[in-house]
Amino acid sequence: MRDHLTTALAFLRNTWRGLTSMRTALVLLFLLAMAALPGALIPQRSLNRSEVDKYFQQHPDIAPLLDKIGMFEVFSSVWFASIYVLLFISLIGCLLPRCWEYYKQWRSKPVRTPRNLGRLPHHAEKTLDDTSVDEAIAAAKTRLRGWRMVEHTEADGARSISAERGFLREVGNLVFHFALVGLLIGLAGGKLYGYEGQVIVVADGSEFCNSGTYNYDSFRAGLSVDGTQLSPFCVKVDDFDVDYQPNGQVANYRVGMQYQSGEGLETNTWQPYTLQVNHPLRTAGDRIYLTGNGYAPRFTVTWPDGQQRTSLVQWQPMSPQTMLSQGATKFDQPGVTDEVQRRQSQLAITGLFAPTAAFDGKILSSGFPDLLDPTAAIDVMRGDLGLDSGRGQSIFGVDQSMVEQGRLNRVARENVRVGEEIRLDDGTTVRFDGVERWANLQVSHDPFQTSVLAFAVLIIFGLGTSLIVKRRRIWVRAAPHPETGESPAARTVVEVGGLARTDQAGYGEEFARIADDLLGADVDHSPQPRADAGTARERKS
Amino acid sequence: MPVNETLSNYSDMAYATSVVIYIAAMLLYFGEFAYGRVATAARTREAALVGAEKSSEAKDVVGHVPAQPKRPLAERLGGMAVSMTVLGALVHFGSLLTRGLATGRVPWGNMYEFGSAICLAAVVAWLIVLFRQLRNARREATPAQLRGLGGFLMLPVTLLLFLSGTVLYAEAAPLQPALQSYWIVIHVAAAIVSSGALLFAGVASVLYLLRCRYENNPLKMAKFGSRLPTSQALDRMAYRATVIIFPVWTFAIVAGAIWAEAAWGRFWGWDPKETCAFIAWIVYAAYLHARATAGWRGVRSAWINVLGLAVMIFNLFFVNLVVTGLHSYAGL
Ligand code: HEM
Repeated sequence: MRDHLTTALAFLRNTWRGLTSMRTALVLLFLLAMAALPGALIPQRSLNRSEVDKYFQQHPDIAPLLDKIGMFEVFSSVWFASIYVLLFISLIGCLLPRCWEYYKQWRSKPVRTPRNLGRLPHHAEKTLDDTSVDEAIAAAKTRLRGWRMVEHTEADGARSISAERGFLREVGNLVFHFALVGLLIGLAGGKLYGYEGQVIVVADGSEFCNSGTYNYDSFRAGLSVDGTQLSPFCVKVDDFDVDYQPNGQVANYRVGMQYQSGEGLETNTWQPYTLQVNHPLRTAGDRIYLTGNGYAPRFTVTWPDGQQRTSLVQWQPMSPQTMLSQGATKFDQPGVTDEVQRRQSQLAITGLFAPTAAFDGKILSSGFPDLLDPTAAIDVMRGDLGLDSGRGQSIFGVDQSMVEQGRLNRVARENVRVGEEIRLDDGTTVRFDGVERWANLQVSHDPFQTSVLAFAVLIIFGLGTSLIVKRRRIWVRAAPHPETGESPAARTVVEVGGLARTDQAGYGEEFARIADDLLGADVDHSPQPRADAGTARERKS
Repeated sequence: MPVNETLSNYSDMAYATSVVIYIAAMLLYFGEFAYGRVATAARTREAALVGAEKSSEAKDVVGHVPAQPKRPLAERLGGMAVSMTVLGALVHFGSLLTRGLATGRVPWGNMYEFGSAICLAAVVAWLIVLFRQLRNARREATPAQLRGLGGFLMLPVTLLLFLSGTVLYAEAAPLQPALQSYWIVIHVAAAIVSSGALLFAGVASVLYLLRCRYENNPLKMAKFGSRLPTSQALDRMAYRATVIIFPVWTFAIVAGAIWAEAAWGRFWGWDPKETCAFIAWIVYAAYLHARATAGWRGVRSAWINVLGLAVMIFNLFFVNLVVTGLHSYAGL
């Protein structure tokens, strides 16, 4: 029993040691990079759902298999999470003992001067005339101001200094690694408490209020967001300006809008704001972005009995270059209460809309994205739109199964310009009144964003410090010259030795400068011609 | 703001000129590399290591010794190669400058300009290393050996410039709305500088791997290997370049994230370019860790550095041209 316990403990200890070793961290780093790779190569649902669907069509054999192992949701898959969780356990396991070790090092004194300085990677030696041992040591102490130093007096009357510098390196290193952990926690917080919603608002003074998820066209809630406590604010989109260059490229988008939040909500006062790409509106802890735009044609239907309905519905741009759009504007005949009759008289206006008409034979296309010659090529469909079937349907098209079953039929097909009208067989008229622009707004909320930024800044500074600062040691020994007896003035042999504690080339130059200052310019302080002057740290690990 | 056609034409001419000059420089570097006498190089290197002889020998190595009877042809080729590189870099800089002036914006708004700027960064990184090493008291390679690297750096640079100038070429035009932000100056400049320096580091690591094969068995690639700097010097150059640039690269990614927060509505979304930047960052972090882990130094860590360069190049071409993501506007 006891044996089992010790074995189990030993196993645990070994696992922990293995997990927290540098080598494991390296392997985990590689695994993480490899695991992220499919995220760049295979379309991801979270980014582009239609690309994923296309992939399924193109590779019907392997796509379901890939789906099963989470290849379309790499960054929320279990295996991706397990790698980074292991990596962070390993990281923390590495860090805690290192903090302690660092603390001890910081408290301890620089190590004693080695007996033979000549064997260090950096070394210089000279006999100084007219200088006593004490003078040499005092000069060295002045020169090494800012270094951590201790002095030793040796048995044969020699005195020495051992000095050390570059403790910030380890501080930077610890800051960097802890900031990584902090960054991860911030990211997780954002996933828990953040949300993101998309909504299309027509630029004719329409309003949108962040009062519930039902106001959105699509909404992605963090794991602890139930949609009841969204930050309260309202926006109103008044107009939408786009400047085009002659080649049709957009020079500028400008959304003229107003918003109210906080006190403004109570007093019902609106603040003006110009929303632009790269300039989100930040209010009430949320951010509001312009992420898309398009056209909404306005149609008026007049039934033979004189009843009228007008509708303004966004159509979907098919090409960002020309803004040729497609869509469907749907109507119920007013005043019809009989279900059967209602399902025979619904109307849909579907087809294409071109802001600047260009005809390809009789087929409408668009020559320019701006509203120079707005024209719609429409099919008017009458019958059952299938809106009551319980099946969801796209707002940009009609239910094709209704068309196939003959329950929805085309009653007209025509090209109309603004102001033009189509008369149907039963006397109903459909008029194309005009066009508005719409803006796709994205509302985002992430309460952890600032802390993530703070950790990112710490990461950069930690990295910079730990890569630039060098841990290095220097020793100075001054001993009376053995033949000093005959000469009147004191002669002292001064020896300097140096060692870089970390894997960092470039200590040689600093060492050379110090040696020059202590010994005079003409000394030889070349590095030892050893194959690779290994550092203390390497040998240890 | 309208584009100034005249300036933009000058820019294109300067671009083409700089490619020609770089190719000439590359051929000169290779000329020195091929015809240089290994014996001299080896001797000077030994001298550099044996301290006593060093100072006397080192002086004539630097190159501006006045009345030396006859400088060997190879060395003259090398000197010309360096001058051509400097000239090429100046003309290249002029090309970017005029494009910036022609369009009234930073000259890195599309992939053609971006590729061009990366190449300039790589060339400048190379010149800095070259001049620093020559001034360095503790020299690790003779100038001739060091210049041996030049051709191998100019090779990818000219290739990349050629590709940028032909396949990826884009007319000078104003920036689209998504790019109208001061972050384009910060984020992209940092990405350019780091890509250029990492290109240099990657080339040094490739040469390190080749040199190691030679050092392990001097019969292998005897001519080629013996003309390169020592493996130690190559390793150190690669490491120093990476160490200096890694924080800059990190900064480029963080700046990208800050920009993405303003432009795309989130600071991180695993867009293909972001994912690849992350992977490259991890690989370089692994390289730095490997350098400090026993059993991973040397050849293994050099391979990691080469892998990092491969990810960077993949990120530049594949992600911009093949995968569609939010960075794709920057495309052609
Ligand atoms: C987390 C966010 C971001 C990351 C990680 C990121 C990463 C990168 C990287 C790695 C490069 C260098 C490209 C290469 O080597 O191929 C780059 C270039 C560039 N980035 Fe970003 N970026 C981010 C956000 C943004 C944003 C928001 C914009 C602009 C709306 C932007 C615009 C650019 C541009 C214009 C370039 C030049 C590249 C080219 O023209 O192909 N980046 N980015």
